[in-house]
This record gives sequence, C-alpha cells and structure tokens, in this order.
Amino acid sequence: MSSVEIRNLILTAIALGVCILLPMADSGYWLSIGLSIAMFTVLATSWALFSGPTHYISLATAAFFGVGTYTTGLGFETLPFWSLVALAGMFGALMAALVGLATLRLSGVYFVIFTLGLAELVRQVITWAQNQSGQKGLYVLTDITEAMIYWMLIALAAAVYLTGWLIGRSRLGFALRIIGDDETVAAHSGINTARAKVLLFMVPGAVAAMTGAILAPRYVYIEPSLAFTPMLSFQVVIMALLGGTGRLWGPLAGVVPFTLLWESISSNFPNQTTLLLGLSFLLIVYALPRGFVGLLDRLRQRVTGGVS
Amino acid sequence: MKRRTILTTAAAAALALSGLTTTAHAADPIKIGAVAAKTGPLAGGTAVTHWPNIRLWAHQINERGGLMVDGEKRMVEIIEYDDQTNPGETIKAVQRLATQDEADFIVAPYGTGLNIASAPIFARYGYPHIAVSAITDQIPDLAKKFPNMFFTLGNTSALAADAVGILAQMRDEGKMGNKIAMVNVADAFGIELAAAARPMFEEAGFEIVYDTSYPLGTQDLSPVVKGAKAAEPDAFVAWSYPPDTFGLTEQAMIEELPVKAYYTAVATPFPAFGGRFGAAAEGILGAGGVNPDSAAFQDYAAAHEAVTGNKPDFWASATTYASLQILEQAIEAVGVDRAAVSAHLKEATFDTVLGPISFDENNSNNAFWTVGQWQDGVFQGVASRNRDGAKPVRLKDGWK
Repeated sequence: MSSVEIRNLILTAIALGVCILLPMADSGYWLSIGLSIAMFTVLATSWALFSGPTHYISLATAAFFGVGTYTTGLGFETLPFWSLVALAGMFGALMAALVGLATLRLSGVYFVIFTLGLAELVRQVITWAQNQSGQKGLYVLTDITEAMIYWMLIALAAAVYLTGWLIGRSRLGFALRIIGDDETVAAHSGINTARAKVLLFMVPGAVAAMTGAILAPRYVYIEPSLAFTPMLSFQVVIMALLGGTGRLWGPLAGVVPFTLLWESISSNFPNQTTLLLGLSFLLIVYALPRGFVGLLDRLRQRVTGGVS
Repeated sequence: MKRRTILTTAAAAALALSGLTTTAHAADPIKIGAVAAKTGPLAGGTAVTHWPNIRLWAHQINERGGLMVDGEKRMVEIIEYDDQTNPGETIKAVQRLATQDEADFIVAPYGTGLNIASAPIFARYGYPHIAVSAITDQIPDLAKKFPNMFFTLGNTSALAADAVGILAQMRDEGKMGNKIAMVNVADAFGIELAAAARPMFEEAGFEIVYDTSYPLGTQDLSPVVKGAKAAEPDAFVAWSYPPDTFGLTEQAMIEELPVKAYYTAVATPFPAFGGRFGAAAEGILGAGGVNPDSAAFQDYAAAHEAVTGNKPDFWASATTYASLQILEQAIEAVGVDRAAVSAHLKEATFDTVLGPISFDENNSNNAFWTVGQWQDGVFQGVASRNRDGAKPVRLKDGWK
C-alpha cells in the first residue's frame, strides 16, 4: 500500500467518524437531511461502481430497493432485523445475477430499457399477489429510531467504499476498465466479459436491496406504488452523474449538493418544486457535462498545466 | 370598518413578509403547517379535496380577525409544502415544519400511506394528527402506537359493508334480483375493498356472477364492462379509483348496461363526475356522501365556491374542512399548547359542518357517511354510520 493510499484510508475513517456523531448534535431536521444524504450516497456510489467503468446505465435501483423494503415488511415480525438486511442483500444479489445473465450480454439501450421495466415488473408481481390474497399495504411498526437507521446506512456506506476500493485494486476491476474502454478488445484478451459484468452488477443490486430493508421502518407503511417509485432510480443516476463516476468519491460530490439543492427548492418554492428541479438539472447537464469530478480535473489541469 | 380593513391588510402584508419583519402591533400569528401532494399521482385528489379547504379555512379565520387564544385574537399563517406523493418527502417536510419553521400545528397529509409514514414524526414532536384521507382497518393498532393520531373518514370494512347492505335492502324490497357483477382495480384500496366485500356479498345471499380485476391505469375498460354485461347481473359494483371510475361509467353508458344498481367507489362524489355524465349519472351509487340539504353544508359549499372558485366534493371535502374546524375549536378552548389540544380532542365533542364529531377510545370518529347516490344532480348520502339525513335509495333507471 502506498503512502497516499494509507493517507486516504485514514482521511476516510476520520470522515466516517465525524458522520457517526451527527445524531448527537441534532436528532430532528438535520438528521433527516443527513439520512437522505447517507441513503443516496450508498445508492449512488454502489450504482457508480458498476455503471462507472462499464458505461451501462442501470435504472433498476427502485426494483432492488423495493424488494428490500418488502423483505423487511414481510419478515420483521418473525425474524431479527439484522438478518432481514442480510437476507435482502442476498435477494438483491440473486435478482441482479438473474437480470445480469439475461441482459448483460446485450448492450446499450436494451439494458437500460430492461432495468427500467424491472421495477415495474416486480411491482406488478407484488400487486398481483396482493390482489390474489386481498392484502393491502404492510405496516412496519417497530421501535427502530431514525438515528439507528442513519448509523446502519453509514455502516453500509463504509462497506460500499471498502468494496469499491478492493474492486479497484483487483483483477475484476482491471477487467471492467478494459470492458468499459472497448468490450471487443476485452473479449479478445481472454476476459470473460459476461461473467465480470454479472459479478459486478450484483454489488449495486445487493446494496440497494439492503438500503430498502434498512429504510422500511422509517416509511412505516409499505405499498407497491411507494416502494417501487421509478423516481428513485432517476434520482440516483442524476446524483451520480452530477458528481462524476470516474472516482470512488465522485457520487458523494453529487449527492451532497443535490440533496441540499433539493431541500432548499422544496422548502422555498413549494409550488414550483418539480419545475425548478427540472431546470436546475438541465443547467447542471449543460454546465457540468462530466460532473464535479470532471470540473475538478479541468481546474487542476489548468493550474498545473501552465507549469509543466 | 374602514380602519379594520386597513388593519387586516397591514396584518396580511406583515404575514407575507414574515421572516423579514416581525409584527410589532399585533399578536404573532399561529403558524399552521400543511404538507401534501402538489405534484405526483395524488395531486389530482388534493387539488379537489385538500388544498382548497385549507385556504378556505385560513381565509375565514383571518377575515374574522383570527382565533381567540388567551384573550387575544391571533391570525393564522399557513406554511405549505409539496411532498411530491413521496413518503420520504412527507417525512422531511413534516420534520422541517416541526423543527425549522416551528409550526404551532400541522395539518395531516393526504393519502393513507403518507399519513402513516409521517405519523412517527407527528408523535415524536407531540403534534396532534387529525387524519382525513387515511382509510384503514388498522385504526386500533395505529391509535395505540400513535396516541395523538385521530381518524375521521371511517374504515374500509364499513364502506364495503354498507354498500353490500344497500344492495341487500334493494333486493329484499323486491326491487331487483340476486346477481352481482363485481370488479376492482388491482391496487391498494381497490384490493382491500374487494377482499372485504366478497365474503359479505356471499353472506348476504348474493350470487357473484362476474368477479374480475384490472390493473391500475387501464385505458380500455370496455372488455370489463362487456364481460359484466354478458353475465347478466342485477347490480354492478366496481371498487375503483378516479380514472377508472370515469372510464367504467363511460363504457357502461355506451353499453347501456342494464342493471338496477350501479356502484363505483372513489371519485364518484366529485362535482366533475356529475358534470361529465349529467343525466346519465342519475341513480349512480358511490363511496362517501354527505347531507347536502343541511344548512351547514350549504353555507360551507357556498363559501368554498366563493373563496376557491370551485365546488367541494360530496365526501372528503367537508370532512377535511371539519378536521380543521375541530383543530380551530380545540385551540380556542385550550390554547396553543399541543399536549392540551391532543387531550382536549379525546374528550370534547366538536360542532362541524358534518354535525357533531367526537373521538372514541381508538381515536376514531364513529359518525361518517359510507354510501351516496346521484339524485337530481346532487350526490345524496344514502347510508351512514350514526349520521342523520340519509335519503331513500333509488333504482338505476337507464343511461339517458
């Protein structure tokens, strides 16, 4: 391990340590903002782990997330909560593997459309099951507090960063970068491209399902239209792209400003929220096509460029 | 009189600038937070039922100089947020109202899921939560978990049971036969109502000759209505949502569905329903109802139209307004202390546009309308729990 890496690890550990203290400082408003940030950090970072190197845009986050919320909703009375989170992770990974096997051999737009349809598919299956059984929404009445949910998300974020860092150093990560640059070349160099993509797609699948499982007690009431809202998939993609997917910390650089922007628009312009969000998104795409990471790289080049 | 108008205008201007200026001349306004959909799937419902009533209520209170609290008049200031029909946003907005805006009271959100998602926040900060559009059979459990949560619009079983009851009554009077065609939208409330009604129909001795469901958002409902027609039922019952309430009725008109009783659920009491179908709406049964002949409702409807420019619907509109009247009377009785208001809600009886309302040991209002019917251009309540003024039910007589 190089000294830069050790420095980065220590900095990350300190940052996570500071984040853990938030619920001590404020258990109300700022905690709920922090919770939003933690949730989207986990979702966007794990999304970028796969979509960053491979350039496959996945809109399946809501599908995995919903499966996670339903895992908690159906099991919280019989099983301990931690096991449900683990179980949700397994369901998410399994579902991602199945989807990956079916679609990752295809490329580009087929994959995008399939992942978008997946959330709708799972939602319809659950609605069908409810229609058969006559059961409506699920009530998740627990004693789990917002602070506990926040800590679980921070822990999950730490796990995601660690996984991302390890993948980046592994043969798998190297293979994915080659696939992202040119899939044909990768295949000719003897890389099993389908296997590599499926393996990596399981990471965001598992993480999004675990996030859903952790957040279910916060929503209290779970029904398909709320658990599988397609909005979530788009938010995650927007935030990750705003930050930039080239670096592990890139999505975080998108999540924090976007969540704060979202919050200030929702609180100051209650009648034009959606309109202004759309406008600011257009502006972001126009002004920052490569996200904050790209902007930072450009600035750095400009500073050092004159010297070297 | 003139001086008072100027004062009111000044106070209103001060309200508009609150945050920049503090009112020096009068008591501070009472801050009332309101979170509900302005965008997303529920925005259509809130635009008819929810927001106009909040505006009407605030307008009326401020017009008469405010609420009388501890011997002085205090205006109300409404702080509105859009939850985008997303529970995460509802939670955040209620949190924001409680801790950042420091609202004195918060109006319940719109929709079952969003009410229940925000219930823990209302409970944590001790806000009374007078829910309207949260219809569920879990009221006792929820009230135990959230002691400050109150329910006003009734429960699922009662809505289904009274619809079955009305049809059984028509059959027993010899007005129609025994065959029921039943359809439901395959989504939340439609599923729950159908599941509740199915055994009730069987117990009442009806024969269900047609029983099917369709997905939410189905555009072409003609196969559903044609299928029902082919089964030759005496009554057609649809546990439907707003878009399909309109769509099914349109198809039933085209097919001239020959039934003696025709029932659609949510949105049947909307003024737009009567407006769209005109004479064909005559005799159509639906979920909800009010007593539109009562003087209280007529005054309310006139004020609603004068202030908001639209008519109220014949069900949840008046209940939403009543929930605000309950809050108003509780504040005037015990002040802006939230714990005292919650305690008062459990004990007192409130005089509302619907008549007297009080809450039982489950924080539930046991006097509500369950079935209504379009009669002579007005949606009249024909069945209720503990409400007076139900009209006799009529047969559906053709579609012209």
